[in-house]
Amino acid sequence: MTRALILLRRRLVGSIFVLLIVVIGTFLLLEAAPGDAVDAYIVSTGGDAGMIELLRHRWGLDQSELTRLANYLWALLHLDLGQSVTFSRPIRDVILERLPNTLLLMVSATALSFGLGSALGIYAGARPGSVRDRFLSIGSLALYAVPGFWLGLVLIVVFAVDLRWLPIGGIETLASDKTGLDRATDIAIHLVLPVSALGFIYLALYLRMMRAGMAEVWRQDFVLAARAKGLSRRRIVLAHVARNALLPLVTMLGLQSAQMLGGSVVIESVFSVPGLGRLAQEAVAARDTPLLLGIILTSAVLVIVINLLVDIAYAFLDPRVGAGEAGA
Amino acid sequence: MSGFTISRRTMLAGSAMLLASTAMPTLGWAQTPKKGGRLVLAADSEPRNLNPAIVASNGVFFISSKIVETLAEASFDGKDGLAPRLAVSWEGAADGLSVTFKLRDGVKWHDGKPFTSADVAFSALQIWKPLQNLGRTVFKDLAAVDTPDDLTAVFKFAKPTPFQLIRNALPALSSVVPKHIYEVGKIEDNPANNAPIGTGPFKFGEYKAGQYYRLTKNTDYWGKDEPYLDEIIYQVLPDRTSAASALEAEEIQLAAFSAVPLADLDRISKVPGLKVISKGYEGLTYQLVVEINHRRKELADLKVRQAIAHAIDKDFVVKTVFLGYAATATGPVPKNDPQFYTADVPTYALDVAKANALLDEAGYKKGADGNRFSLKLLPAPYFNETKQFGDYLRQALAAIGIDAQLVNNDSAAHIKAVYTDHAFDLAVGPPVFRGDPAISTTILVQSGIPGGVPFSNQGGYKNDALDALIAKASETLDTAARTDLYKEFQKQVAADLPLINVAEWSFISVARDTVGNIANNPRWAVSNWADTYLES
Repeated sequence: MTRALILLRRRLVGSIFVLLIVVIGTFLLLEAAPGDAVDAYIVSTGGDAGMIELLRHRWGLDQSELTRLANYLWALLHLDLGQSVTFSRPIRDVILERLPNTLLLMVSATALSFGLGSALGIYAGARPGSVRDRFLSIGSLALYAVPGFWLGLVLIVVFAVDLRWLPIGGIETLASDKTGLDRATDIAIHLVLPVSALGFIYLALYLRMMRAGMAEVWRQDFVLAARAKGLSRRRIVLAHVARNALLPLVTMLGLQSAQMLGGSVVIESVFSVPGLGRLAQEAVAARDTPLLLGIILTSAVLVIVINLLVDIAYAFLDPRVGAGEAGA
Repeated sequence: MSGFTISRRTMLAGSAMLLASTAMPTLGWAQTPKKGGRLVLAADSEPRNLNPAIVASNGVFFISSKIVETLAEASFDGKDGLAPRLAVSWEGAADGLSVTFKLRDGVKWHDGKPFTSADVAFSALQIWKPLQNLGRTVFKDLAAVDTPDDLTAVFKFAKPTPFQLIRNALPALSSVVPKHIYEVGKIEDNPANNAPIGTGPFKFGEYKAGQYYRLTKNTDYWGKDEPYLDEIIYQVLPDRTSAASALEAEEIQLAAFSAVPLADLDRISKVPGLKVISKGYEGLTYQLVVEINHRRKELADLKVRQAIAHAIDKDFVVKTVFLGYAATATGPVPKNDPQFYTADVPTYALDVAKANALLDEAGYKKGADGNRFSLKLLPAPYFNETKQFGDYLRQALAAIGIDAQLVNNDSAAHIKAVYTDHAFDLAVGPPVFRGDPAISTTILVQSGIPGGVPFSNQGGYKNDALDALIAKASETLDTAARTDLYKEFQKQVAADLPLINVAEWSFISVARDTVGNIANNPRWAVSNWADTYLES
């Protein structure tokens, strides 16, 4: 366990610098974008010069960039994410409201792509070159080539509009007052389509990595040894080949979490899921700098935590890795 | 008051009713509206402030107009195009210094307190005049509101203010909010801005960010037997394609404000049980306008502007960009306006040869590459149609030897580039005509407007004669004389082309057959829906 703790401490120290860079970088990038929150706001209202000046003052946009950045960092030091301009509410509340939806979507989609992807990869890789191997490889590649929003729209047209088996979007039935198990089932039903759209795209990645990894391992001496021992093919595949081929997939899992956060922007819009990705898109359009900073900060923490968990898992799966880092 | 204006209006209103009765035979008076039911409809944006007294915009009205009511609403058949709401009558003094409103008796706020003239006085003086995006202009000379009794409010103006303007402003600018809620603390920070309390047929229920708004029936509403619906749910659907899918899947019953894109209308009109309705937005007309930066030497030349006007095929734009759901424009007042519009203005038919000749005359000969000069063209990104028209305009200008380079921005960047930085040569904008040219139309061409004001003359155009005309109209009290001045205004704008009006359009609703009383006033989508019902 100490091994994991050492790893944790190292990572936390490193993470603080990463987060600082992320915050300052995002702030400067947004400042470089033309137009501010007031410009975005008056698109739908219009207004005279006096009103616009009043708004800039109220939203603190009449201060210099440096002052605003310093104020933001100072508040952040006190764990205060500030007030959202577009929602007129504390950013922490706005984010906490959306975070569970995005997490639910991401975890389910990852479970789907990782679970089904590696299972199919094992299935395909157990007999490299066979018909089922070819079929799965080509099929998954085709899925991988499909843009996420298109897959989402097709799923909606087929399963929600034509067949009406599933709801077309949202995270739960609107204003239904459901509670407990009913509500959980309701949310699960609503998640089927978005999770499929997000998960199936990445499924190919895991499938192909697993399959390629297995093909590699098949040629290793220890597989020959296992065969010579007279082990059953099933046991060789599962205990020896697949387990060793699994390691790169775990690495991929960590890397891919960041990518999936990006993918969720599109999927959340297509399926009207009130999540962080959609919120980020709205924050950019509204030039709501503090809100976007809050979202990016949250996402960064999320990615760091996931990668930390992956590293810990890695250390357990392959003792050589953790020992190396802890000892260095 | 002018007899001409009234007769013209009555005639128009009459034809509108006739249209309504032929277009929707199933909604005749024999059909009694059913009570109850939940109407679910698409919403594409979530306004940050739901107080229509502060933010008079369609996005806010779409939700809030059911909760917070105005003094009067637009109407197809009412006198002066108005129907009473919180006010039952209004009368302007001959000197233009006061307007007297008689208020409706027995109206209660959603929290049970009585509605009185004090609420009207408070809303007008504390909110419309100092804080409201449009009210700051229209009510700038409002000095006091006298309340001789609970049901009378007398608006006193420091300078003569045309009664016609105040009347025309009532549907959009006169949302009344409760004084007892707003008199404590800062008005902008009041929690009621996000959970409005009004007198309307529906009460604010709840808001789940990113998901829905729920409005519930106000059982204490002043309208007899109204409202019919038990609940209205606005489902937030951010994706352009989801409203059409949701309608087909019967998850929502209504998509207003063109939530279903024009290109999908043909297909969706063939879906059994769905109807496409282009009525009910007559009071919310958008104008497709080419904004011109007169600081560019070439564009300061009238001949060049005329050439550009002759290069644009307005019919093609209406047919191709708007798929027929629009009308060609002649000037700064839309054709469907019953009070001010005149067709008697200089017009510019499509004539490429003439346009080329005008440019030659102006001294901008074609170079070796066939180009006379280059321009930066910024189409506003707010609507699909403004972007598509930008693409069209580029081609139209190429035909007369003007090389237009398209610059595409998002909304905030576009607003900054055009109205603050003036970093454009031509821009495509969608200003709104709000029932009276003095509300948001004259500022499109008037000079002396500070930089940074959106939807105003930021092209550096200055015409003293036009400025004088606008100033004179703003203080002319007689309705007929004032109307004539605005007709002259249209003529001068069309002649000197400070900007080029190309088309006028409004929105489309798509609804299930079961939704009744749709589009029965010119601002239907932003009216109170007290009489909207659902057949089961």
